[in-house]
Amino acid sequence: MSNNLLALLPEIILTLTGVLVMLAEPMIAPGKSRKPLGWLAILGTLASGFAAFYQLQIVNPGRPITAFYSTIQVDAFSIFFHLLIASIVLVTLLASLDYFEGPVTHAGEYFALVCFGATGMMFMTSSVELLMVFIGLEISSISTYILAGFRKGQATASEASLKYFLLGSFATAFFLYGIALCFGATGSTSIGDIAAKLGTTSTPLLALLAIAMVVIGLGFKVSAAPFHVWTPDVYQGAPAPVVGLMSTAPKAAAFAVLLRFLFNAAPAYRGHWIILIEILAVLSMTVGNLGALLQRDVKRLLAYSSIAHAGYLLVAFTSIQQDAVSAACFYTAAYAAMNVGAFLVLTQLSGYDEQARTLDDFTGAALKRPVLSALLGFFLLSLIGIPFTGGFFGKFYAFSGAIHNGHIGLAIIGLANSGVACFYYLRLLAALYTRPVKEDAALLPTRRIAIPAAIALTATAAATLALGIVPNHLLNLVQRAAPVTLPSLTVAPPASALPPTPATEVTP
Amino acid sequence: MNLDHTILTLILLTPLVGAVVLALIPERAGSKLHAIGALVVTLVTLGLTLHLPAHFNYAAAPRSFQFEVNCPWIASPAIRFHLGVDGLSTWLVVLTGFLAPIGVLASWNAVKERTKLFYTLFLLQQVAMLGVFLALDLFLYYGFWELSLVPMTLLIATFGRTENRRKAAIKFFLYAFIPSAILLVALLWLYAKTGTFDLPALQALAAQHAISANPTALWLCSLAFLVAFAVKVPIFPLHGWLSDAVQEAPTAAVMVLAGKLGLYSILRFSFGIFPEQSRHIAPLLIALGAIGIAYGALLALVQTDLKKLAAFSTLSHVSFIVLGIFTFTTLGLDGGVFQILNESLVGAALFVLLGLLYERYGTYDVRDYGGLATKHPWMVTMFVITSLAAVGLPMLNGFVGEFLILSGAMQSVFCHHVLWTVIGTTGVIFGAAYMLWMIQRIFYGNLGLRSEEVSGWDLTAREHIELWPLAILFLVMGLASPIWIKAIDTYGVQTANRPIASEAQNGSFVDPALAAAALDKPAPPVNKGARY
Repeated sequence: MSNNLLALLPEIILTLTGVLVMLAEPMIAPGKSRKPLGWLAILGTLASGFAAFYQLQIVNPGRPITAFYSTIQVDAFSIFFHLLIASIVLVTLLASLDYFEGPVTHAGEYFALVCFGATGMMFMTSSVELLMVFIGLEISSISTYILAGFRKGQATASEASLKYFLLGSFATAFFLYGIALCFGATGSTSIGDIAAKLGTTSTPLLALLAIAMVVIGLGFKVSAAPFHVWTPDVYQGAPAPVVGLMSTAPKAAAFAVLLRFLFNAAPAYRGHWIILIEILAVLSMTVGNLGALLQRDVKRLLAYSSIAHAGYLLVAFTSIQQDAVSAACFYTAAYAAMNVGAFLVLTQLSGYDEQARTLDDFTGAALKRPVLSALLGFFLLSLIGIPFTGGFFGKFYAFSGAIHNGHIGLAIIGLANSGVACFYYLRLLAALYTRPVKEDAALLPTRRIAIPAAIALTATAAATLALGIVPNHLLNLVQRAAPVTLPSLTVAPPASALPPTPATEVTP
Repeated sequence: MNLDHTILTLILLTPLVGAVVLALIPERAGSKLHAIGALVVTLVTLGLTLHLPAHFNYAAAPRSFQFEVNCPWIASPAIRFHLGVDGLSTWLVVLTGFLAPIGVLASWNAVKERTKLFYTLFLLQQVAMLGVFLALDLFLYYGFWELSLVPMTLLIATFGRTENRRKAAIKFFLYAFIPSAILLVALLWLYAKTGTFDLPALQALAAQHAISANPTALWLCSLAFLVAFAVKVPIFPLHGWLSDAVQEAPTAAVMVLAGKLGLYSILRFSFGIFPEQSRHIAPLLIALGAIGIAYGALLALVQTDLKKLAAFSTLSHVSFIVLGIFTFTTLGLDGGVFQILNESLVGAALFVLLGLLYERYGTYDVRDYGGLATKHPWMVTMFVITSLAAVGLPMLNGFVGEFLILSGAMQSVFCHHVLWTVIGTTGVIFGAAYMLWMIQRIFYGNLGLRSEEVSGWDLTAREHIELWPLAILFLVMGLASPIWIKAIDTYGVQTANRPIASEAQNGSFVDPALAAAALDKPAPPVNKGARY
């Protein structure tokens, strides 16, 4: 039992924090600052991060902690994503502490929802049972749907929330359908069992359909083209710090599930799903970059850029397992650092009421806010993939893996795409640094940056820089994570040794 | 000596630390603090770079890199922090160090606001360029190569002269970045095939034809390298970015915009890793070089905008170097590398002078000028010296380079090389025409509209300090060129002769006899230059 508790320790801590925040909220008089709740959430996230770190110390390579009838597996892979999600959430919370001094209300719910969402995302990455994954996905999605609409007065916010909800539910349905088909093909929803039986299944068509459905469902979540249509509208409508969070953390979790599913559950069909992944990668890169070229709204521009980055990340999937997992994990981390950073700067730069939106509004920002502009410039350079930034090594590992495995065409398409991409990043960067046509850049607020937000900004910038100069440390962790996903194959027998897997109970 | 092992790291670190320190010092309006800081940093860097030629080991030069630093940086992929110089890069490093203080001085009054941003970017650009010349690990090199785009783009976008600056900056970046992205594919492919990014190791593999058995892939790879570098040079049809960027970029940036980075990369990496492919494609490049010389010179003739004129003259000059190095003769290579130094110095002097004119009269339109000679006797002297160096007057540096290049090209066993060289030589005549015509239009004749209205002053003490070192160098490099050629020759001989062994069996690409002759007496034309 203690094993069970230990395995879910980070999730449990976060859930308790969320509940505590909800309970404490009514005790603070209306009109009083909700900041203490934010600090409570921050402490909880820190504790959960430390719990994940503790797990990392005790988990042995090759012998993951399994719990709850082998539905939960804690290995270096899942711990990596736990740490990543905890860091993203921590930075987001720090940056949004002062957000609620402004026009947005319901701070208590906000902090609680962020914690609950993170719980769901962490749960997704440590489950090795598809229905458990599904539950984690729902927890994380529902809280993000609400967070997306948090600027309640704005029409765009309601649009964002509703659109995200409808299309997200649609995607979840696809995912669930995929699970059902998986069960049909193999008689199990446990990843270990699926892997064992998928190779010998008598209904390969069903299995293929199942894999395709799961990929489509997760494709929605990571906003890979052609399942990306919700992304620009949602990013435009949602509050900037939330966009920073939801463009990285849920995506990281979804990519983790995709990695586990494709490489652990469906290695037998690698020849088939790799084609699917290639199509998704090429489409995402191309649609994302071409779409971004036409945008004038900065948040929409970054939304299309995130679609393109999902494409680059999918390129990493075309390598063999060891390379693919470490490259994809590294990319996820690098992308998280720079994208969260970019949105946090945007929050500060455009003001909490987000008056400044278009490229023109940001023209000449460097004159008024030199430090923030330099930071945004740095994150944009990292998104372009300039050397000595995290974005460069992310692309580097993804594409070198693809070339190593003979996907040179894909690499050329990808890198040509990153050439196109630098056009729109540069347009924003050049706008920041050129003199405005009309001198009244009045839309940009000049308020000082609050200290927690400054800490968050420094942390993301430092992470982006560190990943670009000394990638070794993360690479070691990531490479430790890479093989550990594999043993679930060998761990699978004990899992199936417990005869009736929970899957049978949940079939209706 | 102890310094030998750390000198290259120091050269890289000094401007980097300087940039960080400058970025941290708050900016006060009208304060010259950042300019002074940048000047100190660049002078220290120059002092450090002078250590290289002073302690250069000529005996060991042809075989090995010197002052090497080689330590692991990233385990997987195997990336090393590997720096080193040889006969090719030594003087280029010194050149970069030498031009930097002049760039700072040239911006002293020209950049009045946002000096912190300007000098920080300027020093970062310095780091990137020095890194390109020093890196011997392909990956490290690629890092600096890409990095060199960023400060330049921002300098153009922020400190550009007209409303067109943003467009020019983006054009510059895209022209350079897209081929560089393809270059990255080629680099990764090389790494996938050989498992190393180390340049000496790759060169050794290339000599044994051990990189890949697939000739098509090797060809595509070498083309990816060449195109990425050719855009940066720029070589004739890839020069689209040059004129816009030159027009917009501030003087200090435009001085280092074209030429040396791309040409050095061709010499080091295209010739080093793909010796055979480079030789096979040489006729095409020689033709493009000759066309570039004539095309640039003809366009320069008809420009009324002085900066555009200088841009096309730059194109013409770098094309001359391309013509020289692709002859693959010792003379051509020596002359080409020497001419890179000349071109950078002459270009720098020309852009500084144009900048001075602009500071005084606020226009680059040649039609607004005229009859300035009486107002600015010193300036006209400098203009004339620079132009004479540019057109290759004997006793000045341009002559030595052009002479070596043309003799190298004439030595070539292919008659079409000679034909192209003849076409190229016409460029020299046009070159003299537009340079002298420019001087005539600015300084002689009737007073122009603009020059009548504004009372410009002659050179100030600071401007004398900027220009005299350049002018003296023109003369010294013309008279005592062996100082420079001695180091460059160790590279030239090695590159001209390297693949002959394999080529001779296949039925001679470069006549071994001629090459051997060149090997025996690489000096004579140099002495000839000195004899005048």
